[in-house]
Amino acid sequence: MAIPISYNVRNLRVRKGTTLMTALGIALTVAVLLGIGTLVEGLRNAFELSGNPLHLIVMRQGSTSELVSIVGKASFDVIKFEDGIAEIDGEPMVSHEVVSVVNLGLRGNPEEVANVSVRGLSQVGIKMRDDVQLLEGRWFDPGKREMVVGKGVHAVREGTSIGEKIFYGRGDWEVVGVFSAGRSAFNSEIWVDANLAGSDLGRGSGRSSILVRAKTEADAVALTNRLSDDQRLGLEAERESDYYAKQMSTARPIEVLGVFVAVIMAIGSCFAAMNTMFAAIANRSREIAVLRLLGFSRLSVLGSFMIEALLLSLLGGVLGCLLVLPLNGLEGRIGNAVTFAETTFQFRVTPFYIGIGLTFSVIMGVLGGFLPARLAARRDVLQSLGSN
Amino acid sequence: MNSGIAISMRNLCKEYTREEFKVVALDDITLDIAEGEFFCLMGPSGSGKSTLLHLVAGIDRPTSGSLGVLGADIADMTDRELARWRSENIGYVFQTFNLIPVLTAWENVELPLQLTHLKRPDRLERARTALEIVGLGDRLDHLPKQLSGGQEQRVAIARALVTDPAIILADEPTGELDAASANEVLSILTTLNRDHGKTIIMVTHDPRAARFARTSRYLDKGRMMEMQTPSVMD
Ligand SMILES: Nc1ncnc2c1ncn2[C@@H]1O[C@H](COP(=O)(O)OP(=O)(O)OP(=O)(O)O)[C@@H](O)[C@H]1O
Ligand SMILES: [Mg+2]
Repeated sequence: MAIPISYNVRNLRVRKGTTLMTALGIALTVAVLLGIGTLVEGLRNAFELSGNPLHLIVMRQGSTSELVSIVGKASFDVIKFEDGIAEIDGEPMVSHEVVSVVNLGLRGNPEEVANVSVRGLSQVGIKMRDDVQLLEGRWFDPGKREMVVGKGVHAVREGTSIGEKIFYGRGDWEVVGVFSAGRSAFNSEIWVDANLAGSDLGRGSGRSSILVRAKTEADAVALTNRLSDDQRLGLEAERESDYYAKQMSTARPIEVLGVFVAVIMAIGSCFAAMNTMFAAIANRSREIAVLRLLGFSRLSVLGSFMIEALLLSLLGGVLGCLLVLPLNGLEGRIGNAVTFAETTFQFRVTPFYIGIGLTFSVIMGVLGGFLPARLAARRDVLQSLGSN
Repeated sequence: MNSGIAISMRNLCKEYTREEFKVVALDDITLDIAEGEFFCLMGPSGSGKSTLLHLVAGIDRPTSGSLGVLGADIADMTDRELARWRSENIGYVFQTFNLIPVLTAWENVELPLQLTHLKRPDRLERARTALEIVGLGDRLDHLPKQLSGGQEQRVAIARALVTDPAIILADEPTGELDAASANEVLSILTTLNRDHGKTIIMVTHDPRAARFARTSRYLDKGRMMEMQTPSVMD
């Protein structure tokens, strides 16, 4: 009982200029939304994958980030012997770490400097990060001013290739390796020997935090409570996954702004689609009358023009997705509001976001197409036919 | 209602009100048109010819009087029922062809069959047959703009007859055509009437076209004249 879809497809093709312009407007709207979506998705990935559910991060009470926390050697010696801690090679999986920042210029634009996190840690600390693997060069030698840089830092920051030197603390440190930490936020860090970093920073035996791996989920919960409640320590333990989840707040302003811009653009695109469809219907009023005369119902006419609007907007949706596809895997960077350093991440165009983009375009088609389609369906056959 | 009568009008009136003015388009028309008739309607511009066709096709409703078409009282039907009834019983041919520009000849003719339960191969077959009847079996995949006016009108006739309706209404079908094309169209209509038993009502200004019809009547200011087409028109 329906008017064939080929009728709509050909009409869109016949007026390809307007079709393309309208679709392009929708495409840009979808691209903005998807661009933001893939950024947020990339960040979410980085932060979610950084937190191991069995890990606790221990900082001084009231510290919101490792950068501003101080945890002394005495506390470390106490915690090391707590129950429920996992072991590796006969040693407890506990890592006393020092976190600070170093200023590095952008590759190709040295003026654009940013804070990059430098983490001093032990061999155990490296082993505790399951996803970490050396890409190039070697790990630092304990006791030497050597650095291993995360692949995110290596990709965007200057002076981070093997053999290059970075001034940090009290001297020049040589880059000896590049590591990958899967898609986690550790890619945005530089790793060095904890003892040397501690003394270079003038912290003595003091450090920023302690990373602890519990044996089981239940141990993780118990340890978190026990360490936080111990008044003598004055420390606060937090699940590592929670610590990184909080850093998602970094993406919120961009998320809000992006969605706001996309919504404004979407309203514009809706009106553009509406305008295009009104024009199409005005040009085809005789045709519509003939369809009605042949016996097609008002509903068929309404459906046919809705389909035409949907095809138009879907074309825009597909174009929009194609526009953002090259972003996939691209290295992004953002100032992290929690660590006060740069977090690098990879844009991720997932099927989920493609689905969101297409759905968004369809919604624009429905909203923009409805009024024109209704007008077409309501048109008086005789009047549209004119005197014949 | 008598069998043998395709269309029966009794005291049929149609008035339009346009900005306080009342226009009487059809004034008290009583007329029977037999099944298998080739009926020609003539008259000056504004005399109500198109209005009469619109009423018969159920595109418009009479102000008063009764109108039976193929035994159905179409004044009583809802819009939906009318649309369905029309697609099954009426073929309509316009002066300006009114083909869908983006569809080929074949697709244009197939279009009314979308409203039937026929499968696509059957639809295409019937559309092809209809195009062969009007002598355009070799123009199936041409777009309207690739056809001459006469050919376009023949496609339009094929579209009107593809559903095998009992009645074909043609509103000045040769109005836009040269003499040769007009003759082709008129002989096709004659064939449909004579060999396929279609009841045809044709509106025309052209006395030569009127000669193809079996009966001609004259409308003037909405009134049906008793006389045949006056010969002064020639
Ligand atoms: N929808 C309408 N609204 C108002 N008046 C109308 C409408 N349709 C027709 N009329 C009027 O009814 C009268 C008859 O019109 P109709 O179109 O039937 O004439 P016609 O004989 O077909 O003329 P033509 O030869 O010019 O096509 C005219 O006066 C016309 O203005
Ligand atoms: Mg007319």
